[in-house]
Amino acid sequence: MIRIENLSFSYPGGDFRLEIPRLTLEPGEKVAVVGPSGTGKTTLLNLIAGISVPTSGSVRVDDQTVSDMNDAARRALRAAKIGFVFQDFALLEYLSARENILFPYRIAAGIRIDARARTRAEQLALSCGLEGKLDRRPGALSQGEQQRVALCRALVMNPRLVLADEATGNLDPANKTAILDLMFARSSDHGATLLAVTHDHALLPRFDRVIDFSDFRQSQGGAA
Amino acid sequence: MNAFFLAFAYLRFHWGRSLVLVLVAALILSVPIISQVLLNGSQKALTERAEETPLVLGRRGSQLDLAMNALYFSDDRAEPVTMADADAIWDSGLALPIPLNTAFETNGARIVGTTLEYFDFRDLEVTRGRQMALLGEAVLGARVAARLDLEPGDTVVSAPQNLFDLDGVYPLELNIVGVLAGTGTADDEAVFVDIKTSWVIAGIGHGHDSVLSPGATQGDIVAAADIVEFNRITQENIDSFHFHGDPASYPVSAILLVPNDTRDATILRGRYLDPENAVQMIVPKDVIGELVGRIFRIKSLLDAVTLIVGAAALAAVGLAVFLTYRLRAREIQTAFKIGARRGMILRLLAAETVILLCFAGMIASGIALAVKSNGSALVSWLLAG
Repeated sequence: MIRIENLSFSYPGGDFRLEIPRLTLEPGEKVAVVGPSGTGKTTLLNLIAGISVPTSGSVRVDDQTVSDMNDAARRALRAAKIGFVFQDFALLEYLSARENILFPYRIAAGIRIDARARTRAEQLALSCGLEGKLDRRPGALSQGEQQRVALCRALVMNPRLVLADEATGNLDPANKTAILDLMFARSSDHGATLLAVTHDHALLPRFDRVIDFSDFRQSQGGAA
Repeated sequence: MNAFFLAFAYLRFHWGRSLVLVLVAALILSVPIISQVLLNGSQKALTERAEETPLVLGRRGSQLDLAMNALYFSDDRAEPVTMADADAIWDSGLALPIPLNTAFETNGARIVGTTLEYFDFRDLEVTRGRQMALLGEAVLGARVAARLDLEPGDTVVSAPQNLFDLDGVYPLELNIVGVLAGTGTADDEAVFVDIKTSWVIAGIGHGHDSVLSPGATQGDIVAAADIVEFNRITQENIDSFHFHGDPASYPVSAILLVPNDTRDATILRGRYLDPENAVQMIVPKDVIGELVGRIFRIKSLLDAVTLIVGAAALAAVGLAVFLTYRLRAREIQTAFKIGARRGMILRLLAAETVILLCFAGMIASGIALAVKSNGSALVSWLLAG
């Protein structure tokens, strides 16, 4: 699903430099990324999503070389194949939960909101325990509910890859487990690969694999 | 469509901010429309009435003040001339003099003392009640009647000239006998009385109790401070009303002149050319024409000011919209990360601007329509002020 080779990235004028000789994620794999702050975990997600472009090397997602694409193609790839879940949920305060879930349809090129999209959004919401909450705005939802809405938004376009950037970082323990369960279950439902940045080592055993950014080594079977 | 949906949702959620932006934009759009409507209305009202009034006689001084007072009953009044001046015109046989005494008011409306010829001259028709016939009777302009909710049979009291003048003239209660049809002119805002009634208000004429004791003879006249002076003219006391002094010396604010023909008008004008003469004769069309020319020169300046203020206000609105986008950086970043198409943010900005301008345009249109439909009233008020 993801293949990174000889990747090198640095911000213009900055000291930070990220180098990944090789990294692969198989379709449907659930992978955690851990490591101290400032080691480049979020940068990795941005490089995979085509938000940032590597200085050298290549990033391939679903057999498409993201690093060679132009801006419009990278945007289209993100809209069609990648779902994002953020630590602060990043919901739009002025839209209802339903419209937040449908937001990717509203901003993507060439995609219309039809009855199927609405049905899919409602089914996702129901499967994430948001029954009766769809017409509420984010301000009227708990943090756990807001992250469920954000998860539905990430999955509504049926992405091949879900990128979660500390998605459980702002949640209480009960909600952390619940959201992670949902993230795993819904990603599996759709056969999506999950790449999640987390600081919560208690959650790591549940992932297929953990990438430790502190020395950038890859380990299998949940061991950091 | 999606951009409009998102833009409308955002504007509705932040309705307070949106309302302020809409109102500011509506005001910016309204000002030029309102000024244009009022100026066009003013020009029309000014020139039409001036062209219908051939000549005006009044005290030498500001020609504009004289024209505005004689035509629109404005507050700007020169010293009055006298009925002797009207009599002189009448005696010349060159024109019909129509005296106007505009020295008094009631409930914010000008009391215009005149003769019945004025109604014929201005083509004024009584739609309710009848024409004034007796001392103390009044006929109301259409808008005064509507504004004060007065009908024939009601009364109005002339405004006191000085509340602190204990020795002054008492207000006079006027009996309303008729209401005029609306004309969209200054006549709609006036209360018409006979010129003699205006002199009663001025204290030149009055009525009071008999100063003769019952059974007394003329030689026993005793006047006392407790003799009642009437401030209401009724059928019972109307015969007691009388005037003091020479009628030729009674004041009139201005005299409208209706010459028999152009030749007589020219002769009349020639008689009042002497700058030493305390009385002047003006041609309202010329005086008002000069005023209109000045107004339109001022309007071009006003247009420039409006343009500058409008540009500044629009820049402020643009800055407000821009700043909200800075505040919405997180939202924009989210949209970008999840694949917003190129230009989506610009589309959102454009959609919000279009929606705001549409609402502002609707409000501005409403204001413009309201101003236009009440244009004649506003113009009359502006001209009479």
